Amino acid sequence: MQKPVPQNTKDIQPGNSPAGISSGDKWREWCDRHAGSFFIAPAVTLILIFAIFPTIYSMVFALSRVRFTGDGLKFRYVGFRNFAKQFFGSSEMHFLGRTEPVSILGMIIFAVIVVTVLWWLYRSWKTATWVRMLGRSISAAMAIFLGWILCASLLSGNSIGTLYTTLFYVLFGCAVQFAIGTGLAFLCSQPIRGRNFFRVLFFIPLMVTPLGVGFAMRMIADVTKGPFEPILGLLGLQDWVWSASPWSARFVMVICDSWQWIPFIFICMLAALENVPRDHVEAAQVDGASSFHIFRDVTWPQVVPVAVTVLLIRAIEAFKIMDLPNIMTGGGPGSSTESMTLHSVYVWRANDLGSSAAIAYLLLILTVVVCASFFNYVVLSQIRKA
Amino acid sequence: MQFRRSLLGLAAGAMALVGTAPLSVAGEFDGVTVNILTRPGYVIAGRLVERGVEFQKATGAKIVVTEVPYAEIFPKIQSDWSTGTNSIDVGVFAAGWGVELDAAGLLEDLDPYIAKDDKIDLDDVAPYFREFGQKVGGKTKLLMVDGDFQMVYYRQDVLEAAGQQPPKTWEDYIDVASKIHGTDMNGDGEGDFGSCIFKKRNAQSYFAIQTFAAPIVQTKGTAQGFHFDSATMKPIINNAGWKKAFELYKETGKYGPPDELNLDIGDTRALFKAGRCGLLVEWGDPGPLQLDDDAAAIKGKLYAISGLGSRMVLNRSTGKLVPAIKSNAPHSVDGINYAPFAAFGGWAGAINKKADQKKKAAAYAFLSYMNQSAQSSVDVTIGATGYNPYRLSQLSSPDLFIEAGMPKELAENYIGAINGALSNLNMASDMKIPGAQSYTSVVLDTELARYLAGEITVDEALENIEEGWEEITEDFGRDEQIAAQALALGS
Repeated sequence: MQKPVPQNTKDIQPGNSPAGISSGDKWREWCDRHAGSFFIAPAVTLILIFAIFPTIYSMVFALSRVRFTGDGLKFRYVGFRNFAKQFFGSSEMHFLGRTEPVSILGMIIFAVIVVTVLWWLYRSWKTATWVRMLGRSISAAMAIFLGWILCASLLSGNSIGTLYTTLFYVLFGCAVQFAIGTGLAFLCSQPIRGRNFFRVLFFIPLMVTPLGVGFAMRMIADVTKGPFEPILGLLGLQDWVWSASPWSARFVMVICDSWQWIPFIFICMLAALENVPRDHVEAAQVDGASSFHIFRDVTWPQVVPVAVTVLLIRAIEAFKIMDLPNIMTGGGPGSSTESMTLHSVYVWRANDLGSSAAIAYLLLILTVVVCASFFNYVVLSQIRKA
Repeated sequence: MQFRRSLLGLAAGAMALVGTAPLSVAGEFDGVTVNILTRPGYVIAGRLVERGVEFQKATGAKIVVTEVPYAEIFPKIQSDWSTGTNSIDVGVFAAGWGVELDAAGLLEDLDPYIAKDDKIDLDDVAPYFREFGQKVGGKTKLLMVDGDFQMVYYRQDVLEAAGQQPPKTWEDYIDVASKIHGTDMNGDGEGDFGSCIFKKRNAQSYFAIQTFAAPIVQTKGTAQGFHFDSATMKPIINNAGWKKAFELYKETGKYGPPDELNLDIGDTRALFKAGRCGLLVEWGDPGPLQLDDDAAAIKGKLYAISGLGSRMVLNRSTGKLVPAIKSNAPHSVDGINYAPFAAFGGWAGAINKKADQKKKAAAYAFLSYMNQSAQSSVDVTIGATGYNPYRLSQLSSPDLFIEAGMPKELAENYIGAINGALSNLNMASDMKIPGAQSYTSVVLDTELARYLAGEITVDEALENIEEGWEEITEDFGRDEQIAAQALALGS
């Protein structure tokens, strides 16, 4: 006689056997239902060991003063002192920059930022769920904090710290790289002669190690012996040294970083542009639309989801910039080209493991909030529109 | 230069082979590998490699030298020895760093080895290097391979042509630099630089600023120190003395290379060897370095001054500057207080206490070999090695350097400058307490660099340093640091 099959397999539980089902069948059914978990368990375990555990363990470092002794590392719990040092202690100017005196312009712009952010939060209050509201509150708090530091340092004529140097690399660097990378991708997606050659050529810098890029750029950017020395001489700039001025040094970092990362934007955007259906473009051409209008109204809307995703990935990567400023300027002049990652490395190199871990955590918080905000308010909305 | 170096190396090897400088018993360390960690490049590391080859032939011990960036030497050694990784058997680093490693119980006591060593002749090592550089807590924990003082060098021909006298104070230095800046010093038709100082961050700049500050802040002898109040370990940094040093240091940049803020010692050496610097702050190396083939533009022209002084000194009770007179600066000469700075203290080798006993024996034998007069008296005459004199026999007469090719007058000046620094009762010691690296190469260096770059004012820099030093003192324990400072300064 055929055994009755349960209607809902969820009803089958070990130890809970409907009449007529053997324990072997029940066991097989249970294994089938949990097979997915079993298969991914090794990978999850490895991730826990190699990713999550170090992240949690580094918090132990961040909350401790770590001393090297003959018996290994010795931890002394110091609470949030390593974090507080970055905001109120000896590292305050290094991390945040100089935040006083605050100019009138800085105060006005900060007031505008606060009002704008609070207005956005107030409008969200009416529609968002409490989970979304929590997320938006975190984003708003970060925006107000970053706004204050910006207004009190840069917009008040004061120097910026590693926090805003990092944001400069991320915001300005990614914008430049995105604009040039997308432009090159658009050109290479056109039916021009030798476009395969250019595709390979534009892609090459991405294959060079960051260390190699750093040393190559250091030689190229040398104003006394580098290839641009005669040009600078012709322009009467023989005494100009980019590495002696904070902002010119930061711009050179962005230029060198862009040289390496434009190919990444280029290759992703090229793939996106080539996936735009030809018939849409041809239909627009038949209708007499100009090339600009075709790009703006037909091509661009279709590549926007890819574009914002690429920008997000690039931004996450840009937060970690370290090799170039380390090799080209050692973080100088002063600490003007020092990113938060490099700041953490330098502190770690001095065996101040606690402060190094604290800076790394601050970078993690900054990256997560900025990138999650960008993902939620820009990437998702563009994907939904598409 | 390569040829001369080879000849000298050959001569030293021959001396070893004929028994002038007998090594350990042949084959005594067969199969033993000694791993040494030190700075990158030929300077310091190169000679260890070359001497290592000789040592291997004589004893069987293989010497492997690993080079890491300067800023990573100390943390790598500390973490390797502390965590029991023990991939490094010997560290060759600043003599002053030994105290922090020893406080953690990581350094092998070398006295038992020295007691059985009849070749090392430590009485010949200058007392400062023997007692301050090699000993920690009264026991020998390191062996010098190099002796270091920071000095000022000047181009005699350039100063003569400009009608200038060698500077005596830092104000004179700036004055002379301003007079010679822009003149062609190497005949290439281009204007050159009045002053060259390595001001790059994370390099050697923090030593140079201490050379500027020492004669302003330290007036009553070596035991007084110029970083802390020895009784309380309160930093003596946020005051008019250090402020003046910072301002003078920055002002030298007006007469330096335009990219001076991005120059480390390798860069400034290339500049002065090319004849582009009229004045410079350096260790003992430029003396013999000017004999190199690639330094033809300055050969025999670069003279040394043991240290510049200051007419104004810090009154520690008022925090203000006052004229240097015998009552407040007893070692002053003609109203100028001098305090030559023993920057870095010299490169010295220390042995990992947890290393295998056979390795430790081989490591000691090698460090002893490097330190012995037969080898070191050759090595200190070769500029490229980075080794400067530290033995009395090397400093008692200029003959060693004359034989190496230095003109007599120059050799006398060079030895005289080093002896002048060593014999000065107000010589300024480098920091030799736990955390010395953090106090200077992290906090001082970073804030100095930010001031030079115009990111912060001198007052902000000094306030930040004071706060940072206090944090480090609290971390290590104030009482422990007071005791360490007393031991370091012999006060």
